[in-house]
Amino acid sequence: MSTTAPHGGESPLLLQFRHGLRRDQFDKAIRDIRDGWARRELWMTLAFQDIRRRYRRSKLGPFWITISMGIMVMALGLLYGQIFRQDLHEYLPFLAAGFVIWGLVSTMIIDGCEAFIVSDGMIRQLNAPISIYAYKCIWSNLIIFAHNIWIFFGVALWYGIDLNWNLLWVPVALLVLVANGLWMSLFFGLLSARFRDVPLIIGSVVQVFFFITPVIWHPAMLPDRALLLDLNPFYHMVEIVRAPMLGQPPGLEHWLAVLLLGLVGWAVTLFFYSAYRWRIAYWV
Amino acid sequence: MAFIQLENVSVSFPVYSASNRSLKNRLIQSATGGQIRADTVSQRISVVEALQDINLKLENGDRLGLVGHNGAGKTTLLRVLGGIYEPNCGQVNVEGATVPLFDIALGMDQESTGYENIVLRGLFLGLTRRQIKERIDDIAEFTELGDFLNLPIRTYSAGMQMRLAFAVSTSVVPDILLLDEGIGAGDASFLDKARARLHRFTEQVSIIVLSSHANDLVRNMCNKAILMEHGRIVECGPTEEVLQVYEAQRENAKDRSKQAP
Repeated sequence: MSTTAPHGGESPLLLQFRHGLRRDQFDKAIRDIRDGWARRELWMTLAFQDIRRRYRRSKLGPFWITISMGIMVMALGLLYGQIFRQDLHEYLPFLAAGFVIWGLVSTMIIDGCEAFIVSDGMIRQLNAPISIYAYKCIWSNLIIFAHNIWIFFGVALWYGIDLNWNLLWVPVALLVLVANGLWMSLFFGLLSARFRDVPLIIGSVVQVFFFITPVIWHPAMLPDRALLLDLNPFYHMVEIVRAPMLGQPPGLEHWLAVLLLGLVGWAVTLFFYSAYRWRIAYWV
Repeated sequence: MAFIQLENVSVSFPVYSASNRSLKNRLIQSATGGQIRADTVSQRISVVEALQDINLKLENGDRLGLVGHNGAGKTTLLRVLGGIYEPNCGQVNVEGATVPLFDIALGMDQESTGYENIVLRGLFLGLTRRQIKERIDDIAEFTELGDFLNLPIRTYSAGMQMRLAFAVSTSVVPDILLLDEGIGAGDASFLDKARARLHRFTEQVSIIVLSSHANDLVRNMCNKAILMEHGRIVECGPTEEVLQVYEAQRENAKDRSKQAP
Protein backbone atom coordinates (compact mmCIF):
# COMPACT_ATOMS: atom_id res chain seq x y z
CA MET A 1 0.00 0.00 0.00
CA SER A 2 1.39 3.36 -0.85
CA THR A 3 0.19 6.75 0.20
CA THR A 4 -0.15 9.44 -2.40
CA ALA A 5 -1.45 12.94 -2.54
CA PRO A 6 -4.93 13.51 -3.92
CA HIS A 7 -5.24 13.06 -7.66
CA GLY A 8 -3.70 15.94 -9.55
CA GLY A 9 -5.35 19.25 -9.03
CA GLU A 10 -8.83 17.83 -8.67
CA SER A 11 -10.16 17.38 -5.19
CA PRO A 12 -11.20 13.87 -4.23
CA LEU A 13 -14.61 15.27 -3.48
CA LEU A 14 -15.13 16.29 -7.07
CA LEU A 15 -13.88 12.96 -8.35
CA GLN A 16 -16.23 11.10 -6.06
CA PHE A 17 -19.10 13.22 -7.17
CA ARG A 18 -18.42 12.63 -10.82
CA HIS A 19 -18.16 8.92 -10.21
CA GLY A 20 -21.33 8.87 -8.18
CA LEU A 21 -23.57 10.83 -10.47
CA ARG A 22 -23.45 8.51 -13.40
CA ARG A 23 -26.66 6.91 -14.52
CA ASP A 24 -25.61 3.41 -13.49
CA GLN A 25 -24.89 4.64 -9.99
CA PHE A 26 -28.44 5.87 -9.73
CA ASP A 27 -29.73 2.50 -10.91
CA LYS A 28 -27.54 0.79 -8.36
CA ALA A 29 -28.88 2.99 -5.58
CA ILE A 30 -32.45 2.12 -6.54
CA ARG A 31 -31.54 -1.55 -6.76
CA ASP A 32 -29.90 -1.36 -3.35
CA ILE A 33 -33.07 -0.01 -1.78
CA ARG A 34 -35.23 -2.55 -3.58
CA ASP A 35 -32.99 -5.51 -2.76
CA GLY A 36 -32.79 -4.28 0.81
CA TRP A 37 -36.55 -4.62 1.03
CA ALA A 38 -36.27 -8.16 -0.32
CA ARG A 39 -34.01 -9.06 2.59
CA ARG A 40 -36.66 -8.10 5.11
CA GLU A 41 -36.49 -11.42 6.92
CA LEU A 42 -32.94 -10.55 7.84
CA TRP A 43 -33.43 -6.99 9.03
CA MET A 44 -36.63 -7.75 10.84
CA THR A 45 -34.82 -10.46 12.76
CA LEU A 46 -31.88 -8.16 13.47
CA ALA A 47 -34.15 -5.37 14.71
CA PHE A 48 -36.04 -7.74 16.94
CA GLN A 49 -32.83 -9.15 18.30
CA ASP A 50 -31.51 -5.66 19.02
CA ILE A 51 -34.49 -4.89 21.18
CA ARG A 52 -34.38 -8.21 22.92
CA ARG A 53 -30.73 -7.71 23.70
CA ARG A 54 -31.47 -4.37 25.28
CA TYR A 55 -33.93 -5.95 27.70
CA ARG A 56 -32.36 -9.35 28.07
CA ARG A 57 -32.98 -11.37 31.16
CA SER A 58 -35.47 -8.93 32.57
CA LYS A 59 -38.86 -10.43 33.36
CA LEU A 60 -40.89 -7.73 31.70
CA GLY A 61 -38.59 -7.55 28.72
CA PRO A 62 -39.51 -4.91 26.16
CA PHE A 63 -42.50 -3.90 28.25
CA TRP A 64 -40.09 -1.78 30.20
CA ILE A 65 -40.39 0.55 27.23
CA THR A 66 -44.13 0.75 27.86
CA ILE A 67 -43.71 1.28 31.58
CA SER A 68 -41.11 4.01 31.34
CA MET A 69 -43.12 5.82 28.71
CA GLY A 70 -46.23 5.47 30.88
CA ILE A 71 -44.50 6.98 33.90
CA MET A 72 -43.15 9.79 31.78
CA VAL A 73 -46.56 10.62 30.32
CA MET A 74 -48.27 10.51 33.72
CA ALA A 75 -45.68 12.70 35.40
CA LEU A 76 -45.54 15.26 32.60
CA GLY A 77 -49.31 15.17 32.20
CA LEU A 78 -50.02 15.92 35.83
CA LEU A 79 -47.35 18.60 36.05
CA TYR A 80 -48.00 20.44 32.80
CA GLY A 81 -51.74 20.00 33.16
CA GLN A 82 -51.39 22.10 36.32
CA ILE A 83 -49.00 24.61 34.81
CA PHE A 84 -51.12 25.16 31.72
CA ARG A 85 -54.38 24.82 33.72
CA GLN A 86 -55.68 22.19 31.35
CA ASP A 87 -58.57 19.83 31.76
CA LEU A 88 -56.90 16.43 32.19
CA HIS A 89 -59.73 14.73 30.30
CA GLU A 90 -58.51 16.38 27.16
CA TYR A 91 -54.93 17.11 27.99
CA LEU A 92 -53.73 13.67 29.00
CA PRO A 93 -54.86 11.80 25.85
CA PHE A 94 -53.44 14.66 23.78
CA LEU A 95 -50.12 14.43 25.59
CA ALA A 96 -49.98 10.62 25.48
CA ALA A 97 -50.66 10.55 21.74
CA GLY A 98 -48.20 13.34 21.01
CA PHE A 99 -45.50 11.86 23.17
CA VAL A 100 -45.72 8.40 21.66
CA ILE A 101 -45.60 9.77 18.12
CA TRP A 102 -42.80 12.15 19.00
CA GLY A 103 -40.88 9.16 20.32
CA LEU A 104 -41.22 7.41 16.98
CA VAL A 105 -40.32 10.40 14.82
CA SER A 106 -37.37 11.56 16.89
CA THR A 107 -35.77 8.16 17.35
CA MET A 108 -36.16 7.36 13.67
CA ILE A 109 -33.93 10.36 12.98
CA ILE A 110 -31.54 9.96 15.90
CA ASP A 111 -31.07 6.22 15.43
CA GLY A 112 -31.01 6.79 11.70
CA CYS A 113 -27.80 8.76 12.12
CA GLU A 114 -26.18 5.70 13.63
CA ALA A 115 -27.73 3.23 11.20
CA PHE A 116 -24.52 2.58 9.28
CA ILE A 117 -21.99 3.45 11.97
CA VAL A 118 -23.14 0.85 14.48
CA SER A 119 -23.22 -1.89 11.86
CA ASP A 120 -19.68 -1.28 10.61
CA GLY A 121 -18.60 -4.86 11.26
CA MET A 122 -21.43 -6.31 9.23
CA ILE A 123 -21.10 -3.78 6.43
CA ARG A 124 -17.49 -4.78 5.89
CA GLN A 125 -18.20 -8.51 5.95
CA LEU A 126 -21.60 -9.04 4.48
CA ASN A 127 -22.42 -8.60 0.83
CA ALA A 128 -25.95 -7.40 1.46
CA PRO A 129 -27.58 -4.20 0.20
CA ILE A 130 -26.51 -1.41 2.48
CA SER A 131 -30.07 -0.14 2.81
CA ILE A 132 -30.90 -3.09 5.11
CA TYR A 133 -29.31 -1.18 7.98
CA ALA A 134 -31.69 1.72 7.45
CA TYR A 135 -34.66 -0.63 7.23
CA LYS A 136 -33.52 -2.35 10.38
CA CYS A 137 -33.33 0.96 12.21
CA ILE A 138 -36.87 1.92 11.16
CA TRP A 139 -38.22 -1.49 12.04
CA SER A 140 -36.83 -1.52 15.56
CA ASN A 141 -38.37 1.89 16.15
CA LEU A 142 -41.70 0.59 14.91
CA ILE A 143 -41.48 -2.30 17.35
CA ILE A 144 -40.87 0.16 20.18
CA PHE A 145 -43.77 2.27 18.94
CA ALA A 146 -45.99 -0.81 19.02
CA HIS A 147 -45.15 -1.13 22.71
CA ASN A 148 -45.72 2.53 23.46
CA ILE A 149 -49.01 2.97 21.67
CA TRP A 150 -50.75 1.03 24.46
CA ILE A 151 -50.09 3.94 26.79
CA PHE A 152 -52.28 6.06 24.59
CA PHE A 153 -55.03 3.47 24.38
CA GLY A 154 -54.91 3.04 28.15
CA VAL A 155 -55.27 6.78 28.72
CA ALA A 156 -57.92 7.08 26.01
CA LEU A 157 -60.03 4.33 27.53
CA TRP A 158 -59.64 5.71 31.03
CA TYR A 159 -60.90 9.10 30.02
CA GLY A 160 -63.49 7.62 27.69
CA ILE A 161 -62.24 9.50 24.67
CA ASP A 162 -64.23 9.15 21.48
CA LEU A 163 -62.38 6.64 19.29
CA ASN A 164 -64.15 6.84 15.95
CA TRP A 165 -63.69 5.95 12.31
CA ASN A 166 -61.04 8.61 11.92
CA LEU A 167 -58.79 6.10 13.66
CA LEU A 168 -58.49 4.34 10.32
CA TRP A 169 -56.27 7.20 9.18
CA VAL A 170 -53.64 6.25 11.73
CA PRO A 171 -52.08 3.33 9.82
CA VAL A 172 -52.00 5.38 6.62
CA ALA A 173 -50.36 8.28 8.41
CA LEU A 174 -47.87 5.91 10.03
CA LEU A 175 -46.97 4.52 6.66
CA VAL A 176 -46.22 8.02 5.39
CA LEU A 177 -44.17 8.74 8.52
CA VAL A 178 -42.17 5.58 8.01
CA ALA A 179 -41.55 6.46 4.37
CA ASN A 180 -40.15 9.74 5.62
CA GLY A 181 -38.17 7.97 8.33
CA LEU A 182 -36.52 5.78 5.74
CA TRP A 183 -35.09 8.65 3.73
CA MET A 184 -33.98 10.34 6.91
CA SER A 185 -32.22 7.23 8.05
CA LEU A 186 -30.51 6.75 4.68
CA PHE A 187 -29.57 10.40 4.37
CA PHE A 188 -28.44 11.14 7.90
CA GLY A 189 -26.88 7.70 8.20
CA LEU A 190 -24.80 8.43 5.12
CA LEU A 191 -23.85 11.88 6.32
CA SER A 192 -22.93 10.57 9.77
CA ALA A 193 -20.78 7.81 8.34
CA ARG A 194 -18.65 10.50 6.76
CA PHE A 195 -18.90 13.26 9.35
CA ARG A 196 -18.90 11.87 12.83
CA ASP A 197 -20.24 14.98 14.50
CA VAL A 198 -23.53 14.80 12.60
CA PRO A 199 -25.27 12.55 15.18
CA LEU A 200 -24.38 15.09 17.87
CA ILE A 201 -25.63 18.01 15.80
CA ILE A 202 -28.85 16.22 14.89
CA GLY A 203 -29.32 15.17 18.50
CA SER A 204 -29.30 18.71 19.76
CA VAL A 205 -31.42 19.99 16.91
CA VAL A 206 -34.07 17.37 17.61
CA GLN A 207 -34.03 18.29 21.27
CA VAL A 208 -34.75 21.90 20.43
CA PHE A 209 -37.59 20.80 18.20
CA PHE A 210 -39.13 18.86 21.04
CA PHE A 211 -39.78 22.13 22.83
CA ILE A 212 -40.95 24.16 19.85
CA THR A 213 -43.22 21.38 18.57
CA PRO A 214 -46.66 21.18 20.15
CA VAL A 215 -46.24 17.91 22.02
CA ILE A 216 -46.60 19.00 25.62
CA TRP A 217 -48.42 22.17 24.72
CA HIS A 218 -51.44 22.62 22.50
CA PRO A 219 -51.18 24.65 19.27
CA ALA A 220 -54.25 26.55 20.44
CA MET A 221 -52.22 27.90 23.37
CA LEU A 222 -50.18 29.96 20.94
CA PRO A 223 -51.76 33.45 20.69
CA ASP A 224 -51.73 33.60 16.90
CA ARG A 225 -50.54 30.87 14.63
CA ALA A 226 -46.90 31.65 14.31
CA LEU A 227 -44.74 30.95 11.32
CA LEU A 228 -42.63 28.98 13.75
CA LEU A 229 -45.38 26.40 13.84
CA ASP A 230 -46.16 26.14 10.15
CA LEU A 231 -42.54 25.83 9.13
CA ASN A 232 -41.86 23.13 11.67
CA PRO A 233 -41.88 19.77 9.84
CA PHE A 234 -42.12 17.91 13.13
CA TYR A 235 -45.42 19.60 13.89
CA HIS A 236 -46.97 18.28 10.69
CA MET A 237 -45.49 14.82 11.15
CA VAL A 238 -46.88 14.55 14.66
CA GLU A 239 -50.22 16.05 13.69
CA ILE A 240 -51.11 13.68 10.84
CA VAL A 241 -50.99 10.75 13.28
CA ARG A 242 -52.22 12.51 16.41
CA ALA A 243 -55.37 14.07 14.99
CA PRO A 244 -57.01 10.78 13.92
CA MET A 245 -55.91 9.16 17.18
CA LEU A 246 -57.88 11.80 19.02
CA GLY A 247 -60.82 11.22 16.72
CA GLN A 248 -60.37 14.35 14.64
CA PRO A 249 -60.55 14.37 10.84
CA PRO A 250 -57.21 14.61 9.01
CA GLY A 251 -55.96 18.12 8.31
CA LEU A 252 -55.21 18.74 4.68
CA GLU A 253 -52.38 21.23 5.25
CA HIS A 254 -50.53 18.81 7.50
CA TRP A 255 -50.83 16.03 4.98
CA LEU A 256 -49.62 18.25 2.19
CA ALA A 257 -46.67 19.40 4.28
CA VAL A 258 -45.63 15.86 5.16
CA LEU A 259 -46.03 14.60 1.60
CA LEU A 260 -43.97 17.52 0.36
CA LEU A 261 -41.32 16.78 2.96
CA GLY A 262 -41.25 13.18 1.80
CA LEU A 263 -40.96 14.15 -1.84
CA VAL A 264 -38.16 16.66 -1.33
CA GLY A 265 -36.46 14.41 1.20
CA TRP A 266 -36.46 11.41 -1.10
CA ALA A 267 -35.21 13.48 -4.03
CA VAL A 268 -32.27 14.82 -2.02
CA THR A 269 -31.59 11.43 -0.49
CA LEU A 270 -31.59 9.62 -3.82
CA PHE A 271 -29.18 12.20 -5.16
CA PHE A 272 -26.73 11.74 -2.30
CA TYR A 273 -27.36 8.03 -1.99
CA SER A 274 -26.47 7.38 -5.60
CA ALA A 275 -23.43 9.61 -5.31
CA TYR A 276 -22.01 8.24 -2.08
CA ARG A 277 -23.66 4.88 -1.33
CA TRP A 278 -20.62 2.99 -2.60
CA ARG A 279 -18.38 4.94 -0.22
CA ILE A 280 -20.19 3.96 2.95
CA ALA A 281 -18.28 0.69 3.28
CA TYR A 282 -15.04 2.68 3.17
CA TRP A 283 -16.18 5.26 5.68
CA VAL A 284 -17.58 3.16 8.50
CA MET B 1 -21.97 -21.05 -14.14
CA ALA B 2 -19.74 -18.79 -12.11
CA PHE B 3 -17.43 -16.21 -13.51
CA ILE B 4 -15.23 -13.41 -12.24
CA GLN B 5 -13.56 -10.73 -14.27
CA LEU B 6 -11.73 -7.67 -13.02
CA GLU B 7 -10.38 -5.08 -15.40
CA ASN B 8 -8.01 -2.32 -14.31
CA VAL B 9 -9.56 -2.25 -10.88
CA SER B 10 -8.21 0.32 -8.46
CA VAL B 11 -9.33 1.04 -4.95
CA SER B 12 -8.20 3.98 -2.89
CA PHE B 13 -9.15 4.81 0.64
CA PRO B 14 -9.59 8.29 1.94
CA VAL B 15 -7.78 8.59 5.24
CA TYR B 16 -9.53 11.10 7.43
CA SER B 17 -8.11 12.83 10.42
CA ALA B 18 -10.41 13.72 13.29
CA SER B 19 -10.92 17.25 11.97
CA ASN B 20 -11.73 15.92 8.51
CA ARG B 21 -14.47 13.92 10.11
CA SER B 22 -16.17 16.96 11.49
CA LEU B 23 -18.90 18.64 9.50
CA LYS B 24 -18.51 21.76 11.63
CA ASN B 25 -14.84 22.08 10.72
CA ARG B 26 -15.65 21.35 7.14
CA LEU B 27 -18.16 24.16 6.94
CA ILE B 28 -15.91 26.63 8.71
CA GLN B 29 -13.10 25.60 6.46
CA SER B 30 -15.07 26.25 3.31
CA ALA B 31 -16.22 29.60 4.64
CA THR B 32 -12.67 30.74 5.32
CA GLY B 33 -11.20 28.84 2.36
CA GLY B 34 -8.09 30.25 0.77
CA GLN B 35 -7.31 32.64 3.57
CA ILE B 36 -5.25 30.40 5.75
CA ARG B 37 -3.64 28.51 2.98
CA ALA B 38 -1.04 26.60 4.91
CA ASP B 39 -3.73 25.25 7.14
CA THR B 40 -6.01 24.04 4.38
CA VAL B 41 -3.18 22.28 2.63
CA SER B 42 -2.20 20.31 5.70
CA GLN B 43 -5.82 19.33 6.18
CA ARG B 44 -6.19 17.79 2.77
CA ILE B 45 -7.30 14.22 2.82
CA SER B 46 -4.57 11.76 1.99
CA VAL B 47 -5.44 8.71 0.02
CA VAL B 48 -4.20 5.16 0.42
CA GLU B 49 -4.03 3.23 -2.81
CA ALA B 50 -5.11 -0.18 -1.59
CA LEU B 51 -5.42 -1.79 -5.02
CA GLN B 52 -3.96 -0.64 -8.28
CA ASP B 53 -4.67 -1.91 -11.76
CA ILE B 54 -5.88 -5.34 -10.87
CA ASN B 55 -6.70 -7.61 -13.79
CA LEU B 56 -8.09 -10.99 -13.01
CA LYS B 57 -10.17 -13.65 -14.70
CA LEU B 58 -11.57 -16.72 -13.00
CA GLU B 59 -13.84 -19.44 -14.29
CA ASN B 60 -15.55 -22.59 -13.10
CA GLY B 61 -13.27 -24.85 -11.10
CA ASP B 62 -10.71 -22.19 -10.29
CA ARG B 63 -9.28 -22.17 -6.79
CA LEU B 64 -7.26 -19.04 -6.32
CA GLY B 65 -4.91 -18.38 -3.45
CA LEU B 66 -3.95 -14.84 -2.51
CA VAL B 67 -0.57 -14.48 -0.84
CA GLY B 68 1.47 -11.51 0.24
CA HIS B 69 2.32 -9.88 3.51
CA ASN B 70 0.06 -7.78 5.67
CA GLY B 71 -1.33 -4.75 3.96
CA ALA B 72 -0.62 -6.07 0.48
CA GLY B 73 -4.30 -5.69 -0.43
CA LYS B 74 -5.52 -9.28 -0.10
CA THR B 75 -8.50 -8.53 2.10
CA THR B 76 -9.41 -5.47 0.05
CA LEU B 77 -9.40 -7.61 -3.07
CA LEU B 78 -11.67 -10.15 -1.40
CA ARG B 79 -14.05 -7.37 -0.43
CA VAL B 80 -14.09 -6.09 -3.98
CA LEU B 81 -14.91 -9.58 -5.23
CA GLY B 82 -17.68 -9.83 -2.65
CA GLY B 83 -19.18 -6.55 -3.81
CA ILE B 84 -18.58 -4.93 -0.43
CA TYR B 85 -16.16 -2.37 -1.80
CA GLU B 86 -16.92 -0.80 -5.10
CA PRO B 87 -13.71 0.23 -6.83
CA ASN B 88 -12.90 3.83 -7.74
CA CYS B 89 -12.21 2.83 -11.28
CA GLY B 90 -12.20 -0.28 -13.41
CA GLN B 91 -14.78 -2.93 -14.15
CA VAL B 92 -15.90 -5.68 -11.83
CA ASN B 93 -17.94 -8.44 -13.34
CA VAL B 94 -18.98 -11.21 -10.99
CA GLU B 95 -21.56 -13.79 -11.97
CA GLY B 96 -22.93 -16.28 -9.51
CA ALA B 97 -24.10 -16.31 -5.91
CA THR B 98 -21.19 -15.09 -3.85
CA VAL B 99 -20.68 -15.78 -0.16
CA PRO B 100 -17.89 -14.02 1.69
CA LEU B 101 -17.00 -16.16 4.70
CA PHE B 102 -14.55 -13.90 6.47
CA ASP B 103 -15.85 -14.64 9.92
CA ILE B 104 -18.05 -17.71 10.08
CA ALA B 105 -19.50 -16.56 13.40
CA LEU B 106 -20.58 -13.16 12.08
CA GLY B 107 -23.92 -12.12 13.48
CA MET B 108 -24.23 -14.89 16.05
CA ASP B 109 -26.09 -13.68 19.09
CA GLN B 110 -24.97 -14.85 22.52
CA GLU B 111 -28.41 -14.52 24.06
CA SER B 112 -30.24 -16.52 21.42
CA THR B 113 -30.53 -20.28 21.43
CA GLY B 114 -28.61 -22.55 19.12
CA TYR B 115 -31.64 -23.02 16.91
CA GLU B 116 -32.25 -19.29 16.70
CA ASN B 117 -28.64 -18.77 15.76
CA ILE B 118 -28.92 -21.33 12.99
CA VAL B 119 -31.77 -19.27 11.58
CA LEU B 120 -29.84 -16.06 12.06
CA ARG B 121 -26.69 -17.30 10.36
CA GLY B 122 -28.82 -18.73 7.58
CA LEU B 123 -30.41 -15.35 6.97
CA PHE B 124 -26.97 -13.79 6.86
CA LEU B 125 -25.97 -16.28 4.21
CA GLY B 126 -28.92 -15.17 2.12
CA LEU B 127 -31.30 -18.05 2.82
CA THR B 128 -34.98 -17.51 3.46
CA ARG B 129 -36.62 -18.80 6.61
CA ARG B 130 -38.28 -21.53 4.66
CA GLN B 131 -35.00 -22.72 3.17
CA ILE B 132 -33.48 -22.74 6.62
CA LYS B 133 -36.34 -24.79 8.00
CA GLU B 134 -35.67 -27.40 5.35
CA ARG B 135 -32.07 -27.74 6.43
CA ILE B 136 -32.31 -27.22 10.14
CA ASP B 137 -32.50 -30.92 11.09
CA ASP B 138 -29.55 -31.69 8.94
CA ILE B 139 -27.52 -28.89 10.50
CA ALA B 140 -28.57 -29.76 14.04
CA GLU B 141 -27.59 -33.37 13.53
CA PHE B 142 -24.20 -32.44 12.21
CA THR B 143 -23.35 -30.22 15.17
CA GLU B 144 -23.98 -33.13 17.61
CA LEU B 145 -25.10 -30.54 20.12
CA GLY B 146 -28.44 -32.22 20.84
CA ASP B 147 -30.43 -30.50 23.57
CA PHE B 148 -27.87 -27.77 23.88
CA LEU B 149 -29.44 -26.25 20.80
CA ASN B 150 -32.33 -25.12 22.96
CA LEU B 151 -30.01 -23.12 25.22
CA PRO B 152 -28.59 -19.67 24.62
CA ILE B 153 -25.20 -20.01 23.01
CA ARG B 154 -23.52 -18.02 25.76
CA THR B 155 -23.67 -21.29 27.70
CA TYR B 156 -21.61 -23.00 24.98
CA SER B 157 -17.89 -23.52 24.99
CA ALA B 158 -15.90 -21.79 22.28
CA GLY B 159 -15.58 -25.11 20.45
CA MET B 160 -19.30 -25.72 20.52
CA GLN B 161 -20.02 -22.29 19.13
CA MET B 162 -17.50 -22.93 16.42
CA ARG B 163 -19.24 -26.20 15.48
CA LEU B 164 -22.53 -24.44 15.16
CA ALA B 165 -21.12 -21.65 13.02
CA PHE B 166 -19.25 -24.15 10.90
CA ALA B 167 -22.27 -26.37 10.38
CA VAL B 168 -24.50 -23.52 9.21
CA SER B 169 -21.88 -21.85 7.07
CA THR B 170 -21.16 -25.03 5.16
CA SER B 171 -24.82 -25.86 4.63
CA VAL B 172 -25.28 -23.51 1.70
CA VAL B 173 -23.17 -24.11 -1.33
CA PRO B 174 -22.54 -20.82 -3.13
CA ASP B 175 -21.20 -20.46 -6.64
CA ILE B 176 -18.34 -18.34 -5.44
CA LEU B 177 -16.77 -18.66 -2.02
CA LEU B 178 -14.46 -16.00 -0.60
CA LEU B 179 -12.35 -17.05 2.36
CA ASP B 180 -10.05 -15.07 4.57
CA GLU B 181 -7.63 -17.43 6.32
CA GLY B 182 -9.69 -20.56 5.67
CA ILE B 183 -12.31 -22.06 7.94
CA GLY B 184 -11.37 -23.34 11.36
CA ALA B 185 -13.53 -26.01 12.94
CA GLY B 186 -13.10 -26.58 16.65
CA ASP B 187 -11.84 -29.57 18.59
CA ALA B 188 -9.94 -32.60 17.35
CA SER B 189 -12.67 -35.23 17.63
CA PHE B 190 -14.88 -33.05 15.52
CA LEU B 191 -12.11 -32.29 13.12
CA ASP B 192 -12.29 -35.45 10.99
CA LYS B 193 -15.98 -35.08 10.49
CA ALA B 194 -15.53 -31.39 9.76
CA ARG B 195 -12.77 -32.07 7.30
CA ALA B 196 -14.95 -34.47 5.37
CA ARG B 197 -17.80 -31.98 5.26
CA LEU B 198 -15.49 -29.14 4.33
CA HIS B 199 -14.07 -31.25 1.54
CA ARG B 200 -17.51 -32.07 0.18
CA PHE B 201 -18.50 -28.42 0.56
CA THR B 202 -15.52 -26.97 -1.26
CA GLU B 203 -15.79 -29.59 -3.99
CA GLN B 204 -19.21 -28.29 -4.93
CA VAL B 205 -18.29 -24.62 -5.05
CA SER B 206 -17.47 -23.37 -8.55
CA ILE B 207 -14.89 -20.76 -7.64
CA ILE B 208 -12.96 -20.31 -4.41
CA VAL B 209 -10.74 -17.38 -3.59
CA LEU B 210 -8.70 -17.89 -0.46
CA SER B 211 -6.47 -15.37 1.20
CA SER B 212 -4.00 -16.91 3.60
CA HIS B 213 -0.66 -16.67 5.29
CA ALA B 214 -0.55 -20.43 5.65
CA ASN B 215 1.24 -21.51 2.49
CA ASP B 216 0.42 -25.16 3.05
CA LEU B 217 -3.26 -24.40 3.07
CA VAL B 218 -2.91 -22.55 -0.21
CA ARG B 219 -0.90 -25.43 -1.63
CA ASN B 220 -3.56 -27.96 -0.65
CA MET B 221 -6.53 -26.06 -1.82
CA CYS B 222 -5.59 -23.89 -4.74
CA ASN B 223 -4.56 -24.51 -8.31
CA LYS B 224 -3.73 -20.88 -9.00
CA ALA B 225 -2.17 -18.19 -6.91
CA ILE B 226 -1.49 -14.49 -6.91
CA LEU B 227 1.29 -12.75 -5.09
CA MET B 228 0.35 -9.24 -4.07
CA GLU B 229 2.50 -6.35 -3.01
CA HIS B 230 1.52 -2.74 -2.35
CA GLY B 231 -1.87 -3.31 -3.87
CA ARG B 232 -0.53 -4.73 -7.11
CA ILE B 233 -0.34 -8.21 -8.53
CA VAL B 234 3.36 -8.99 -8.85
CA GLU B 235 3.16 -12.67 -9.68
CA CYS B 236 0.38 -14.77 -11.06
CA GLY B 237 0.32 -18.39 -12.12
CA PRO B 238 0.22 -21.99 -10.86
CA THR B 239 0.31 -22.21 -7.07
CA GLU B 240 3.71 -23.81 -6.77
CA GLU B 241 5.51 -21.24 -8.92
CA VAL B 242 3.99 -18.27 -7.16
CA LEU B 243 4.67 -19.71 -3.74
CA GLN B 244 8.27 -20.30 -4.64
CA VAL B 245 8.70 -16.68 -5.61
CA TYR B 246 6.95 -15.62 -2.40
CA GLU B 247 9.03 -17.89 -0.19
CA ALA B 248 12.25 -16.79 -1.85
CA GLN B 249 11.25 -13.20 -1.21
CA ARG B 250 10.65 -13.89 2.43
CA GLU B 251 13.99 -15.66 2.76
CA ASN B 252 15.71 -12.66 1.21
CA ALA B 253 14.01 -10.30 3.58
CA LYS B 254 15.02 -12.48 6.52
CA ASP B 255 18.66 -12.57 5.41
CA ARG B 256 18.73 -8.85 4.95
CA SER B 257 17.38 -8.19 8.40
CA LYS B 258 20.02 -10.56 9.81
CA GLN B 259 22.83 -8.74 8.03
CA ALA B 260 21.74 -5.36 9.25
CA PRO B 261 20.97 -5.78 12.92
